[in-house]
Amino acid sequence: MTSPKLLEVRNLRVEFPTRRGTLVAVDDVSLDIAAGEVLGVVGESGAGKSMTGAAIIGLLEPPGRIAAGEIRLEGRRIDNLPYNEMRKIRGRQIGAIFQDPLTSLNPLYKVGDQLIETILTHLPLTQAQARDRAVKLLEDVGIPSASERINHYPHQFSGGMRQRVVIALALAAEPKLIIADEPTTALDVSIQAQIITLLKRLCREHGTAVMLVTHDMGVIAETADRVAVMYAGRIAEIGPVQDVIKRPHHPYTIGLMGAIPTMTHKVERLTQIDGSMPRLNAIPKGCAFNPRCPKAFDRCYRDRPDPMPAGNSLAACWLVEEKAHV
Amino acid sequence: MVQAVLVMLAVAFIAFTMFNFVGDPVAIMAGQDLPAEQRVELRKTLGLDDPTPVRFARFVANAAQGQFGLSYRTTEPVGRMILDRLPATLELSLIAVLVALVIGIPMGVFSGLYPHHWISRAMMTVSLIGISLPTFLIGILLILIFAVMLGWLPSFGRGDTVKIGFWTTGFLTVSGWKAIILPSITLGLFQMTLIMRLVRSEMLEVLRTDYIKFARARGLTNRAVHFGHALKNTLVPVITITGLQLGSIIAFAIITETVFSWPGVGLLFLQSVQAVDIPVMAAYLVLIGLLFVLINLIVDVLYFVVDPRLRSQGAKAGAK
Repeated sequence: MTSPKLLEVRNLRVEFPTRRGTLVAVDDVSLDIAAGEVLGVVGESGAGKSMTGAAIIGLLEPPGRIAAGEIRLEGRRIDNLPYNEMRKIRGRQIGAIFQDPLTSLNPLYKVGDQLIETILTHLPLTQAQARDRAVKLLEDVGIPSASERINHYPHQFSGGMRQRVVIALALAAEPKLIIADEPTTALDVSIQAQIITLLKRLCREHGTAVMLVTHDMGVIAETADRVAVMYAGRIAEIGPVQDVIKRPHHPYTIGLMGAIPTMTHKVERLTQIDGSMPRLNAIPKGCAFNPRCPKAFDRCYRDRPDPMPAGNSLAACWLVEEKAHV
Repeated sequence: MVQAVLVMLAVAFIAFTMFNFVGDPVAIMAGQDLPAEQRVELRKTLGLDDPTPVRFARFVANAAQGQFGLSYRTTEPVGRMILDRLPATLELSLIAVLVALVIGIPMGVFSGLYPHHWISRAMMTVSLIGISLPTFLIGILLILIFAVMLGWLPSFGRGDTVKIGFWTTGFLTVSGWKAIILPSITLGLFQMTLIMRLVRSEMLEVLRTDYIKFARARGLTNRAVHFGHALKNTLVPVITITGLQLGSIIAFAIITETVFSWPGVGLLFLQSVQAVDIPVMAAYLVLIGLLFVLINLIVDVLYFVVDPRLRSQGAKAGAK
């Protein structure tokens, strides 16, 4: 049976060995992405969203390493591939976009050369064909007079334009999945919307799936098909975006949704979640959210919940089980 | 460019003042029992009676034509003497820099890419020796091992040379090549370790940048990432340091030339200092100043070749 899932992540655990013990940045995370689907991953800084992305593309910064679990791309296990095998997957099967477009491009090379280099690495084309493709890619991402701009250096582009170039680079070899790690965080608000729209359009046209890592719920609501909410290295809740936004089950997700300003009804104060996320070396026993959870009860301090079915979603909360019993 | 000219004038002025401070040239040239009238006469013919600015102007004008007068020691024209010996020093410096670059950069790249590899650690330790041992000691040690004990290489001189125009080269004979090995290693060792350490730290820095991470994420080969993207970005500081060091290699070839009796400008300078041969010293000073200025100009041009960001700034500044 062929799996309909493009990417399957099972029980992924990412560890950082340090002098003062091992930090667990990603703990027992499982998620799937179907072909052409946009999965949003939200969470606070340090929740493990970027680490999950880096682990999938095989670019964890040492000493970080995948300690357990497996990652499968179209059924093929990719988390234990030798470096050079994984390199062939990067760019060709899985593309990546990073946070800061200003520093993602090598300042010493023309953008065209960087595009052609990427294309020639992965596709059996001649120099001239690669060049035509590079121009076409730049046109696709909405860069005016692309055939001229191809000879420009990164510093001759504005931030938004550079992120377009980065997207063109990520799409250069038609990957099936793009890991977009906070692709708009470093940009102007007005540019953010453009870039998200562009990314969404291109991925629909090319049938590319996206793992969109961000802490901007607005971006997720607009773009994603499904969303995973991460907290302290684990998935708190994962499900279709409308369900998670309208009918959140995990108290953390409920808190997050309450903290988003809306246009439809006026609220005096946005709700806030008291406290802050625990540091990775001081994650409490039981549910990691228990010190901040308004509904925590004794079991939450004892056992750690795994994601369990809650409506159309999965939520890692004992309350879900309680409700099911009632 | 204006700056370069000003620097040269300042150097010339310092060289010029040496004539005035290191005693009366007439007293040095003439014997003690020369009559006073003849002293005045000599003073006049040498133009020493003119006011200082006039004499300085004359000095600069002559220097610009490569004329620095006659040596006090040998009464040869100074320009000739230096020109005869310059090829030896330049060839030695060139080989020393090449040794430093050709060995130093790959070592730096390797230890930057694999900072924990035992070879990298060994290179870092050895490079400490290169940095801390004084040049003359390295030279003497090399002579002891390779010339005295093993007898493989000559311990002094240039070997046989071939004259091409005014340039005498040791590159065309076997003995010339043999003779240049030890001095160039001696001279280049410090630069080599310096360049290695510089490239290493720059590599470590560059490999952490986002564009390297992104280059990896694009699935480029390690070779393309390391040598295409990372190494080129380390080159700007390497060019600066190499340029500056090339100047000091030529200037400080003095010690190496002395140890190996290398018939270059440095050895000439040292002999001149011992004989208080001021015209030669002044000419040497001006020459070294000129080399530094020229090298800095070349370095500035190279920046523009390597880094496109500077190019556009230069263009903008030019448009204003």
